[in-house]
Parts: sequence; structure tokens; C-alpha cells
Amino acid sequence: MRPSFSIICFTTLSGTGYGLLFLIGIVLVSASPIGSPNSLLIALCVGFVLTSVGLLASLAHLGRPSRAWRAFSQWRSSWLSREGIASLVTVPVMAAVGFALCNPPHGRFTLRALGLLLAACCMVTVTCTARIYSSLPPIRAWHNRFTLPGYLLLGLTGGAVWFCAIVASNAADADSVSLAYSILLANALVIAPASALFKRTYWRHIDALTPITTAVATGLDRLGDASSFEQPHTEENYLTREMGFALARKHSVSLRALAFWTVLAAPLFSVAVALMFGGGLLLTCVLWLVVFASTAAILVERWLFFAEATHSVKSYYN
Amino acid sequence: MPHAQLDLNIPTGDEVKTTTCYMCACRCGIRVHLKDQKIRYIDGNPEHPVNRGVICAKGSAGIMQHYSPARLSKPLLRVGERGKREFREIEWDEALALATKWLGDIRATDPDALAFFTGRDQSQALTGWWAQQFGTINYAAHGGFCSVNMAAAGMYTLGGSFWEFGEPDWDLTQYLMLWGVAEDHDSNPIKLGLGKLKARGAKIVAINPVRSGYGAIADEWVPINPGTDGLLAGALIHELLRTDRIDLDYLVRYTNAHYLVIRDPGAADDGLIARNSDGHALCAVRNISKRNPSPPNPPLEGEGYMLARADAIDISPLIVGEYALADGRKAVPAFHLFAERFLSDEYAPDTVTAACGVGADTIRRLARELAETAFDNAIRIPQRWTDANGREHTEMIGRPVAMHAMRGISAHANGFHTCRTLHLLQMLLGAIDTPGSFRYQPPYPKPAPPPNRPGKSRKDNGALDAGPLGYVHAPEDLLVDADGKPRRIDKAFSWEHPFAAHGMLQNVIANAWAGDPRRIDTLFLFMANMGWNSAMNTTQTRQMLTDRDATTGDYRIPRIIYVDAYDSETVAYADLVLPDTTYLERHDCVSMLDRPISDADAASDAIRQPVLQPDRDVRPFQSVLLDLGARLGLPGMVDSNGAAIYRDYADYIVRHERSQGVGLLAGWRGAEGTKKGIGEPNPDQLDRYIENGCFWHEPVPVAGRYYKMANRDYLDWAKNLGFIGSNAPIVLEFYAEKLQRFRLAALGHGAMQPPESERERVAKYFDPLPFYYGSMEIDPASQRNPSPPNPPLEGEGRNPQRGRFDLSAITQRPMFMYHAWGSQNRWLRQIATRNYLYLHPDTAAANGVDDGDWIWLVAPRGRIRVQAKLHAGTSPGTVWTWNAIGKRKGAWALSANAPEDVDGFLLNHLIDESLPRAGESPGYANADPVTGQAAWFDLRVRIERDEAPSHPGHRIDVAARGVAA
Amino acid sequence: MTMLPTPSAKKLGLVIDLDTCVGCHACAVACKEWNDGGQFGPLPDSDPYGAQPDGVWFNRVHSYNVLPTSAGSATSAMTVHFPRSCLHCETPACVTVCPTGASYKRADDGIVLVDEDKCIGCQLCAWACPYGAREISEQRGTMQKCTLCVDRIYNETLDPADRQPACVMACPTRARHFGDLGDPNSDISKLVDERDGYALMPEFGYQPVNRYLPPRARRDGNSSAASKTLTDTAIDPQKLPPILRWIDRALSR
Ligand SMILES: Nc1nc2c(c(=O)[nH]1)N[C@H]1C(S)=C(S)[C@@H](COP(=O)(O)OP(=O)(O)OC[C@H]3O[C@@H](n4cnc5c(=O)[nH]c(N)nc54)[C@H](O)[C@@H]3O)O[C@H]1N2
Ligand SMILES: Nc1nc2c(c(=O)[nH]1)N[C@H]1C(S)=C(S)[C@@H](COP(=O)(O)OP(=O)(O)OC[C@H]3O[C@@H](n4cnc5c(=O)[nH]c(N)nc54)[C@H](O)[C@@H]3O)O[C@H]1N2
Ligand code: SF4
Ligand code: SF4
Ligand code: SF4
Ligand code: SF4
Ligand code: SF4
Ligand SMILES: [Mo]
Repeated sequence: MRPSFSIICFTTLSGTGYGLLFLIGIVLVSASPIGSPNSLLIALCVGFVLTSVGLLASLAHLGRPSRAWRAFSQWRSSWLSREGIASLVTVPVMAAVGFALCNPPHGRFTLRALGLLLAACCMVTVTCTARIYSSLPPIRAWHNRFTLPGYLLLGLTGGAVWFCAIVASNAADADSVSLAYSILLANALVIAPASALFKRTYWRHIDALTPITTAVATGLDRLGDASSFEQPHTEENYLTREMGFALARKHSVSLRALAFWTVLAAPLFSVAVALMFGGGLLLTCVLWLVVFASTAAILVERWLFFAEATHSVKSYYN
Repeated sequence: MPHAQLDLNIPTGDEVKTTTCYMCACRCGIRVHLKDQKIRYIDGNPEHPVNRGVICAKGSAGIMQHYSPARLSKPLLRVGERGKREFREIEWDEALALATKWLGDIRATDPDALAFFTGRDQSQALTGWWAQQFGTINYAAHGGFCSVNMAAAGMYTLGGSFWEFGEPDWDLTQYLMLWGVAEDHDSNPIKLGLGKLKARGAKIVAINPVRSGYGAIADEWVPINPGTDGLLAGALIHELLRTDRIDLDYLVRYTNAHYLVIRDPGAADDGLIARNSDGHALCAVRNISKRNPSPPNPPLEGEGYMLARADAIDISPLIVGEYALADGRKAVPAFHLFAERFLSDEYAPDTVTAACGVGADTIRRLARELAETAFDNAIRIPQRWTDANGREHTEMIGRPVAMHAMRGISAHANGFHTCRTLHLLQMLLGAIDTPGSFRYQPPYPKPAPPPNRPGKSRKDNGALDAGPLGYVHAPEDLLVDADGKPRRIDKAFSWEHPFAAHGMLQNVIANAWAGDPRRIDTLFLFMANMGWNSAMNTTQTRQMLTDRDATTGDYRIPRIIYVDAYDSETVAYADLVLPDTTYLERHDCVSMLDRPISDADAASDAIRQPVLQPDRDVRPFQSVLLDLGARLGLPGMVDSNGAAIYRDYADYIVRHERSQGVGLLAGWRGAEGTKKGIGEPNPDQLDRYIENGCFWHEPVPVAGRYYKMANRDYLDWAKNLGFIGSNAPIVLEFYAEKLQRFRLAALGHGAMQPPESERERVAKYFDPLPFYYGSMEIDPASQRNPSPPNPPLEGEGRNPQRGRFDLSAITQRPMFMYHAWGSQNRWLRQIATRNYLYLHPDTAAANGVDDGDWIWLVAPRGRIRVQAKLHAGTSPGTVWTWNAIGKRKGAWALSANAPEDVDGFLLNHLIDESLPRAGESPGYANADPVTGQAAWFDLRVRIERDEAPSHPGHRIDVAARGVAA
Repeated sequence: MTMLPTPSAKKLGLVIDLDTCVGCHACAVACKEWNDGGQFGPLPDSDPYGAQPDGVWFNRVHSYNVLPTSAGSATSAMTVHFPRSCLHCETPACVTVCPTGASYKRADDGIVLVDEDKCIGCQLCAWACPYGAREISEQRGTMQKCTLCVDRIYNETLDPADRQPACVMACPTRARHFGDLGDPNSDISKLVDERDGYALMPEFGYQPVNRYLPPRARRDGNSSAASKTLTDTAIDPQKLPPILRWIDRALSR
């Protein structure tokens, strides 16, 4: 599939944004001391910006963005529609969380409830996003049990690095610092490795898929082995451009390695820096570096998600 | 509510007009749906006999042809150098005045200095007549480079032909052999027919070096080596003779196979048919009366037989043996000579297999299948009919074996004889115009060949004594001067190509450039893209068009007038461009006098009507031609006061009479519109046509549907319509005596003899029985066998690298494109914007070529860089490409980086128009020595790898034409 | 609505006979022409006279080399032409994935359409179609696809004989058939039965309505059907000069 910039931005940024928001929700639910609400508020804003930019980017992919509102209508069958609604629903939840954070004192319960709601909304939204892709049978690299967890995990690790960087940048009090450290550790030791390893499993899975042969696609397998003699049109068309994208194996190998190692190593690196040098400006800088690196890695991962996926229609053009 | 706007009852337009398609020469009926005076949609006319409602890709895309940005819009006068596309737009008055001046001067001094060649003309009934009235012998359309081999072999053998004048019996045939057919002129009827065959489960065999299109759906693909079909057909004949599976009764009834041929080597009439004193052909019959039917067995020579008129009925002719004529000389039936030739080992399957690339077992099986279908599965239709001798028959016996052949046979230098071989094969099977076989389309059959000879001299009014094209019957009919040299600019009807019935447009430019046989003043071309895909040796042809005489500095071809509707490559070379309308903006006429649209069961002709008015300053060429004729005061175009007789072409179609009561259209004649075929002009004729969907369709009477050449029901009907002069039976020329007359002349007999230089060639190729010879430029048979079956002609030795060109290179018509025109069509060009060179994976491997590589295709003339593609359906000795996809930058309103120019290619750059000859002028045309048919498919090539095979880009490396040849 | 309707009894669709298709592109161009000027049009082209001409087509004609394998029935190499357009599937994801309701399946005849006024051009339906039957028009920003000529087949302003898809009317070999595949007694259902018509890639579970009729066994030298033995009345050259075998044949003229 043609890796379209708008869609890659969309899935990466919104995934990361919802991951970040999800963590905010979890933090609120877990009722751990959060120190100054500023960090969370800033994180909330960043999450809002990331998801919004992501959603706006997705509009760029539309042929008729002005009609985007119509996309909310088919929630009964369409994951894209559901995703739209879920993302829309998340906005007032974010606002409520923001309001609650800005207007203490609140009962612990309110915050916990709002946190839970936010986390749930984020989870649902990213699930919807993932399901958009995983519900497309012709694209077998997407239509499998790995797509959804992959989106969730990568969203989470992406959100986590942002979370750490934001909190660290605002770390005025010990609670905030310990919060940042715990998320940092959780990410570096659990979420990021899980994401990276999961992604690797995914890649193994798609590598093992046997391509649909032209003979099977055309039903000519009942006669013999089929291959194109002439294509319907000598130049490229929408189908060959959009669904006939082919990525050279060697590019794929190096890009996968890049994404894998960056997602895995960047958080660990920040932990190492923290262990060696403790908190402070250096760590903050490193954490932003990690944000940059991990986000870039996820972009690469997402680019691969599209570029490596083949659509069954390609079998007609082989 | 899903789809609120969906209205399922929107009318297709506000008006529907019928007319005839012009996107190819098939001439289907179309309905043009108009909306707000724009074309909304074009579909097939379901009532129309040609296409019965179907429409091909080109036909549908006609809308985009009509709205093409490449349409010309105003007369153009060249202001820059030729070829540079520098023109000034001029008014029609100026353009016509200029043309009148140029042509008037020519007519006053030397009418033959006008070379008027009309390319893909569908109005030859007008243009040929115009040339005749002008008085130039130098007229033809495009047939010489198209399919004249099929036309001539057919007309000289059957009085009909595969080409345009006949078709398989689509409803009854059980076995169809397609010889070298990719698309044919009969595009839609063939496809409709193949659909019928498929629905019936009839077997289709495609004999073709390439399996695509029709071949793809055939049951059997016979990947023959190009140019060797004569051998394959000969071997099939060999097998049928060997196994005695032939229809001898058919031969003696309908052909001249039993006619006695004089065997008197050295005599002036050797090889001619023995005739009695009244000129009636003779045959030998058993000397038995009807009462005593037991023959003396075996009849001895001179005993047990007697001579009889070969056309007598109720006789029992002998078809083998040697018989004495009244004067004591010997004669043998034509069949005997034929059987001797084809039973010889030369045509045995085991002999031909290597040259043809077809297994001997396959050949034997095919022969067996033909015989089984023809004889064991004969059809009997309980239909009464009367033969030409007045005998009643209660049934029609059919041989459900049909053959169809086209340019795969035609476009070789041996195509005439190959096509004749096929016709004789059909005759052996009794499979000409019988139920289930090949069938004539009225007005054919005509006498083989028809009586009209080419015009030779001018009458007092300056007009030629006959139309410039026709059929040469004897050396006396040739257009040669006192020295036997060609008179026509294209050398048609000369000793070099005596039966060039369609002229030889492909050699006009080279000959005019060389001044051989003469110089001309004006080259007047109509819709022939001679600056590109219609030309052989395109690169040098383009140079000849711009070449100047070293001494005078004038162009060697002084003036070029060109009529095109679109901005083709050739426009660039014209001094004066007359822009034509599109086919939807004019009247036209598909006439019985030209190439009508009849099918085997009916005579049909048709018109085009203007469905839209031109929005540019263009005029229909046919009307312009009549206008020019009137300005020139040509006979038949002005009255005694010098005033124009015809308002325009529509007026001419209606009012012009070729002979009493015979005009361009056969339908609704007579003052009341009640007459058919013959009748006075009907002023409302065009309205009647329009009411009927723009065509006329007159069914053949049921009893006349088969055996047309000898069926009185048919012959009477055809005579009444004016198609034939008499209802006498038309005898199939199994033995082509007309050829023998030329051979005899070459052997020194008769008043008209070829010049010394031509004798050997004429003697060899004017064989009254068909034979196989390797094509002139190449000889695949000889390249495979050390000793060729027939020594090749002058090709031998002319090419020092002979033998190194180990592949045949051919082209095929893509079904969705018509020659050059398609690329200006925004829809059609999306299907193919570039072409590839297809080759078999083994051929590719042997040459180190991968799929998609850019390679060099090398021929003696030069080389071109093309992109290779693998195709298992290509025979390993052949490479091929789609014809005419490659375009020249600047033409057809395509952008400069269009793939048609940057990547696509023409094979034509590598194909010789004339065979090189040492000395000044070009040698023989690269053509069939009998008919002048361009030998496109004799091209031999080899493949060379390029250093950067993945670097794209077409290139042409053909040396400039320096001095002549 | 992009929820699929309850399956209709009537299932309109096409049957394409690969045994007869010569790959002429007539169907593709007739389709382009009909729809370009119709209410589902235009079918825009980009760079029509330039280096990369491209455009929207509802029907594209492929051709394939087919080589014999041990599993297949082909006995020799074949060239097979293969037109490809929407199969009007019974349970297609191209409809259910659509977020706007633009892509829908008609309840009464099963035709799958795009309502251009609702479409936002997200292309998800094109991704969801395994068969490449949907193409976005960049100029229009919306998705386009075969309409089964819904604006012809019910069009009362047309002659009843013309109420057929443009591609079916055009096809010069009559390799395309249109009708109700839901009715087992319809002509095309019978044709499908007789000729073992098949659906494309049924494994996707979309249940295409259109059917392809496979190329029939070729009766060439490699097929068993072709090899009957010759009743050889060949001449014995030792006996008689071969030519003279016909000397005592009593022919009648
Ligand atoms: N390599 C190779 N070359 C071949 C062949 C081949 O098989 N292989 N085939 C040969 C054969 S058989 C043929 S017939 C030729 C055909 O080749 P061409 O004779 O070149 O045929 P076209 O391209 O059909 O058209 C000739 C011109 O007619 C113009 N034209 C189209 N419509 C109209 C109209 O309405 N009015 C006027 N005035 N002009 C119009 C077109 O613009 C074009 O310039 O090609 C020959 N060339
Ligand atoms: N769509 C479309 N239709 C057309 C035209 C067009 O340009 N486009 N052009 C029209 C014109 S002008 C003409 S003349 C006709 C020509 O109609 P066809 O005669 O069908 O023309 P070609 O495409 O030249 O096909 C020649 C076929 O012969 C095969 N062949 C080549 N050499 C040999 C050989 O030695 N032996 C055998 N057995 N086969 C051989 C080639 O592979 C090819 O399949 O088509 C007309 N119809
Ligand atoms: S076959 Fe020729 S005449 Fe007939 S519709 Fe096609 S282009 Fe027109
Ligand atoms: S073929 Fe494709 S577009 Fe048509 S209904 Fe099936 S899935 Fe949808
Ligand atoms: S492109 Fe249009 S029809 Fe297709 S899914 Fe999106 S909105 Fe629906
Ligand atoms: S049914 Fe109509 S829309 Fe569909 S492919 Fe055929 S012509 Fe095109
Ligand atoms: S029109 Fe008919 S024969 Fe031509 S490509 Fe389409 S289906 Fe095949
Ligand atoms: Mo031609």
C-alpha cells in the first residue's frame, strides 16, 4: 500500500497522543501522588494537540474534507466512523479532565472517574483506528490479530516517552519526578520492549504470508500458472500506485531494524542517563531526544506498516 | 435514504442520429446520441447488418476522436522548411486557388506528373474516378502496402477474396482455420462470428507466430515461422492428396482443375489451356455413352477418352493422365500438374517441418481433421436450388471447414502464391461457398479476374480511357513504355509487379525522390500517414521528403498537398494542408463500386451523414475534390458552360451515374425510390438511407445463398442488381492461366515481352500453379537447411551479414487502436501509451535479455532501441510488437515527453521499402513480385544487448540516405 | 446505509466468458464512455495528452500467460484475457467500512453503488475491495465504481432492448452476459451451471455475484480429444505412380 504521508502522520500522532492521554488517565486512576497538576495539564494539552493534528492530517487524506462530518454517521458498521465518534467523544472528556485539574479541590473519586473515562476513550479510539486497518481482508498484513495490539502498544510507548519528557520538563516537585521515573521505567522495561518485540513478531508473521498468486486471484489456477502478459494500461493508474506499492527487501530490513532498535533502546538509554547522571537538564534534554527518536521510529514503523502491506489487487498486476 | 439524487430515468440525450463509424474500415452502424448539440454517447446500431449493435473500443472512443485537440482547423500553407511544422493559416479560397493553379499547370502539360494517392480512403469510387477524369495514371489508395496479395490472389482465383469480399460461414462452420489474422478489416463481424463458433463449440485453429487476441481463444495455436505458410498449406494439400481425401466432384464442377493444359515445352502456348476452335476450353472425358456406364479400365492414352468442352454438363471429366489433342500435341488436366507438384517430397510434412517450425505429426493431424470435418461431417441442407446450367438440386452439400487469412499471409513477398495455395486447399476440400465454408459477399463473386483493366491512355478530353486501377489480364494490359519500363510512379502494372491491382503507395516517395521511373510535380496525398507509420524505411522516407536537388536547390519532390483531419506526422511535410472534417461532420458513401459492407447473405451499402456541424474552418475532402475538379474544368465535373455539376459530395452520391442507372448507392434508386441496384437517380435517396439507419441491406434469395459462383438463383439476382454482367457460371481458377501468359512472354513469346532484366523473375513467379518460395529479403528455410528448397531471389548475397539476422520481426494490430489515429484519443492512449518488443522467454534467455530490459533491435538497415517483454505465446523464432503505437514528437497534439515518442517505437524504421541495388536508383520494391504487396513481415533482425539495460529510452540509429541506395 | 441489506432474492450481475473474450477492450471503453457522460460521471482523466495519462475506469482488461502445471487442466500454454470490474458482492466490506453511507448495496437488486454526494473520498472502500473495482477520482475527490449501469438497466427512456449494461451491449464476441444470478432459472444462472462458472477469490467471504466462465479445454494436439487415428488410405508408392490413382475415378460434372 502506498505509504501516504497524511495517514502515517495521522496514525502516528493520534496513536501517540492517545497513548499520552491514556497515561494521564491511568495516572489519575492509580491515584498516585501527582504533585503539581501543571505537568498533567501540559501533557493533556500536548495530547490534545497531537491527536488533533493527527486527525487534521487524516483530513488531508480525504478527497472531500469539507464533508468529513458525514463520517460520523455509519458507526454501526464502519470502524472509521466509530473512530471519528470515539475521538470526538474523547474531546469533552479531555476538557473535563482539564477542568478538574485546573479547579481543585476535587474529590479523588471525580478525578479517578474522569481518568478512567479518558483512558477508556483513548483505548477505544486507538482500537477503532487499528480496526480500520485490521478489518480489511484484502490487506493481509493488516487483517490479522497483531494489528490491534501493535497500535495499542506503540501508541502507549509513544505516549510514554512524551509523558516522561513533559513531566520531567515541569518537574517542580518530588511527586512529579517520581511519577516521571516510574513511567520511564515502565516504558523502558516493559512497554517499549513489548512493543518492539511484538512488532518483530508481527513482521515475522507478515513475512510468512504466502502471496496470493495471480492464478488464484483470477481463478485461472484451475488451468495452470498465470502471469501478466499485458496490463490493462501501460502507464500507472490509481490501483497500481495506491495498492501496488512495492518495497525493496533490503530497505525493509534496514528500516525495520531502525524502528525496532530505536523503540527498544531509546527509553533504555534515557534510563541509563538518569541512572548515571540523575535528573536535571541533561535528562530533560535526553528525554526530548528520546521523544524525537521514538516518534521518528514509530513513523518509520507506520511507514513500513503501509509500505510492506500488499493488497490482493496487486495479484492481478503481477 | 441512500442516494437521494439517483434518477434512473434520465434520457441518454435529446436526439439520436445514425451514421457509419469511421474509426476503422469495418464500417459498423452507430447511433450518435446528442445532448445540447454535443455528443453524449456513441453506441452500436442494433439493426445494422455489420455489427448488430456491438461496438469496439475504437468505435466507442470515437467521441474523443471527434473532440481531439489534434484536429486541424484551417488550411495551412508552409512558410518554413519542410518538416519543421511552420505554417501560415490561409483561407479556403486561397488554398483552392493555389491547388487549382498547381494542378491546372500539370494537367495542361503532363497529367501523369500528378501523383494522387489516397491512403486509407473509403471513397475510392470518387477518388479513382476523379483521377481518371484528371487523366493521371498515377493514382492508387493504400492497398499496395495493405493486403493486395489477398485481394489479388482471391480475385484472380475465386473472383472474391478473404480480404473484404468473403467470410466464413459463421453459422455453420465446425472448423475455422485463421491464417495470420490479428484483427482484420472485418473487426466486429469476426468477433461476432468467433462468439458464435464458441457458443457452438466449433474448433478454431490459429496459425500464427503469436498467440494473442483471436489466437488466445483458439483451440489450437500453430506457431508457424513467418513466411512459411505456403509450405504448411502445401503439406496439408500433400496429405489430403496422399490420403485421397479430396472433393474431386467439386473440383470438376466449379473449378478448372479438369481443364487440359497444353504440354509443349517451348511452344508459344505451352501451359495454356487447350481450347477448341471456338475458344472453348477442353477436357478429357471417358469415352462412354450414358447407356454404357462401365468405363474401359484403365483407359489407355488416346483410347477410352475423348475431348469435350470443359464446361459441358453431365460429363465425367478425367483429372489425371496425359491426353492427345486434335493436333496431336499432349495435354494434361490441370489437376494432374497440381498433384504432381504437391505430392512431391518437397511438400511432405517431414520436409517442411523444419522450415515451418510445425511438427510433421501436427501437420498430418490437421490435414486429417480438415478432411474429417469436411467429408465425414458434411452438412446437407434441404434447400432446392438451380445451378447455372439450369439443373435443379434438392439439397446443398456443405463442407463445414472455413478458412480466413489476412496480412500474416499477405505481407510477405510470397503472399500471392501462399494465398493461392490456401484457395486451392479450400477447393480440394470443396469448401468455397458451400454451407459451413468460406462464403462470398455480394457483389462477389465476379469473374476471376474481373474484366476491368487499368486505364492506359488519355481520351481527347484529357480523361483516362478507364479507371487507373484494374486487373491486368495479359501483358498487353501493363502500363509500361516502349522499352518495357514502368510508366507509373509506383511501378505498379509493370513487369516488376504486373498484378499490382491496388498500386504501390509504399514506393511512391522513394521513386519520386529518385526520379525512377520519372519525376513528378505534385504529390497529392489524402489520409496516408506516409511521413510515419504508413512508410517503410520511415527515417529515410522523411529525409527524402525534405531532400533538395543539389543543382537546383528545389525539393526533389517539388510539391506536396496533403489532406488530413488531424495533425499527423505527415502534415509537417506538406506545402499545402487541406483540413478535412471528422467523420461525424460529413456525408460519405460506402459504395458497391468500392468496398461495400455486404455479408454473405445480403448486399449492403451505407452512407455517413453529418451529425454535427464543424466548429472549425474545415471542409469535407470529397466535396473539396469535386470543387477542385470543377475549378479545373474536369470532364464530368462541369457542364458545357463550365459550371460545376455537383453542389457537393452528397449531391454527387445521389446524382452521379457511373453507367446508366448505376450510381454510388444501390438502394432506393429510381425516381420513386423503388428500384434496387439499377435505376435512375432518386433525389430523396439519402433521406431513405437515413430513415433506414444509413444503410441498405438486400438479402440474397434463400436458394441463392450458397454455390454463388454457379447458382442461377444467385447469379440472376446479382445480374439484376447490376453486380455482374451475365449469369454465366464463374469458374474458379484452380489453374491460373493468366499467369502463364506472363511466363510465356518472359520466355520470349508474344508481342509484349519483358525487358531482358525482368525475364527470369517473371518466368519464375508467374507460375500458373501456386508454389512456395522463401521471401526475397530472407529465407528462413534456407537458413535452417543448408540447401534451400528454392534458391532465394536477389536477396541472396545482397546482405553480407545474411544469416546473422536470426529472428523474424513482425507487427500486429492492437484491437483498441487504429494505426496512428488512436494516440490522439485520450481514452485509447491510456490503454497503450508505449509498445514493447515481445519475445519468447527462451529467445530472451538465449540473448541474455531479461523481462523489461532495453535492447537493440538490429536489422541490415539500422537499429532501434526498444524495451523487451517476455511472452510465452510468441514463437521462439519471432519477435513482435503492436503496430503504430510509436509516435513522432510534435505530432498528434501530444506533449513533448509523451511515452509514444520517448519510449514507444515503430518497427518501420528497419523495414526496407526497396531492396538495395548497386548503382543509382533503388532496386526492386521490397514486395511480392507478382502483386507489389509490401513485404512488411519479411523483416529479419537480431537482438543486441545494451550496456545499460535498465536505462529507459527509445533511439533510432538509421544511417541517413546519402547518394541513392 | 452501509449496513448490508438483508440479501435480496434478486442478484443482478455479470457473467464473463473467458473462453470467448479476445481482450479487445471494447467493454472497458464503452463503460468509460457511457459513464463519463452520465450521472455517475465524469470519469476524469489526468494528463490525457502528456507523459503520464491516467484516468478512472470501471472496467479494465488484463491478459495473462497461462502455463500448464501438474494441478491445472491446461495442456499447453495459453493466453487468457480477463476483464475486471465490480462483482457486486453479497457481503462486501467495501460497503461496511464506509464511514459516510456513500457506499451502499441496493436492497432490491444487490447493486453496489457510491453516492457521490455523500462520499468524502477516504478510499477505505477501495482498500476493502479485494478485486480493485473502485477507483478514486482525484479531480472529483470521490470514489467511483461500476454501477452495473443502473442508469441503463431500469431506464424507461431507453428501448427495452437497450436496458442492458453498456459493456454487455458493446462486447463484440458477446462474452459478457447480464442478468439475475439470484434466480436459478435465469439464462445466466443456467450458463453458469453449464460452464462451471466461478467466483473470484471466494476465500475473502465477500460472495461475489459476478461469475467467470473458465476457458474450455483446448482441443489441440495435446488434448486427448484430438487424437483419433487416421483411416489412412495412403497410396502405396510401390504400386502405381501416385498420380494415377485417380485415373478411373468417375466424376460427375
Ligand atoms: N510496421 C508496420 N507498418 C504498417 C503496417 C504493419 O502491419 N506493420 N500496416 C500497414 C497497413 S496495412 C496500413 S493500411 C497502413 C495504415 O497506416 P496509415 O495509412 O498511416 O493509416 P492511419 O494511421 O490509419 O491514417 C492515415 C492518416 O489518415 C488521417 N485521418 C484519419 N481520419 C481522417 C479523416 O476523416 N479525414 C482525413 N482526411 N484524414 C483522416 C490520420 O490522421 C492519419 O494521418 O500502415 C501500414 N504500416
Ligand atoms: N483495431 C484495428 N483494426 C484494424 C486495423 C488497426 O490498425 N486496428 N487496421 C486495419 C487494416 S489497415 C488492416 S490491413 C487489417 C489487417 O488485419 P490483420 O491481417 O489481422 O493485420 P495484422 O495485425 O497485420 O495481423 C497479421 C497477423 O499475422 C501474423 N503473422 C505475421 N506473419 C505471419 C506469417 O508468416 N504467417 C502467419 N500465419 N501469420 C503471420 C501476425 O502475428 C498477426 O497476428 O486490420 C484492419 N483492422
Ligand atoms: S470495428 Fe471499426 S467501424 Fe466498427 S465500431 Fe469499431 S472502429 Fe467502428
Ligand atoms: S467487487 Fe469490490 S467494490 Fe464490488 S462489491 Fe465486491 S468488494 Fe465491493
Ligand atoms: S471513499 Fe467514499 S464511498 Fe469509499 S468509504 Fe470513503 S466515503 Fe465511503
Ligand atoms: S456494468 Fe456498466 S458500469 Fe459496470 S463495467 Fe459494465 S458498463 Fe461499466
Ligand atoms: S468486450 Fe468482450 S471480448 Fe472485448 S475485452 Fe470485453 S469481454 Fe472481452
Ligand atoms: Mo491496411
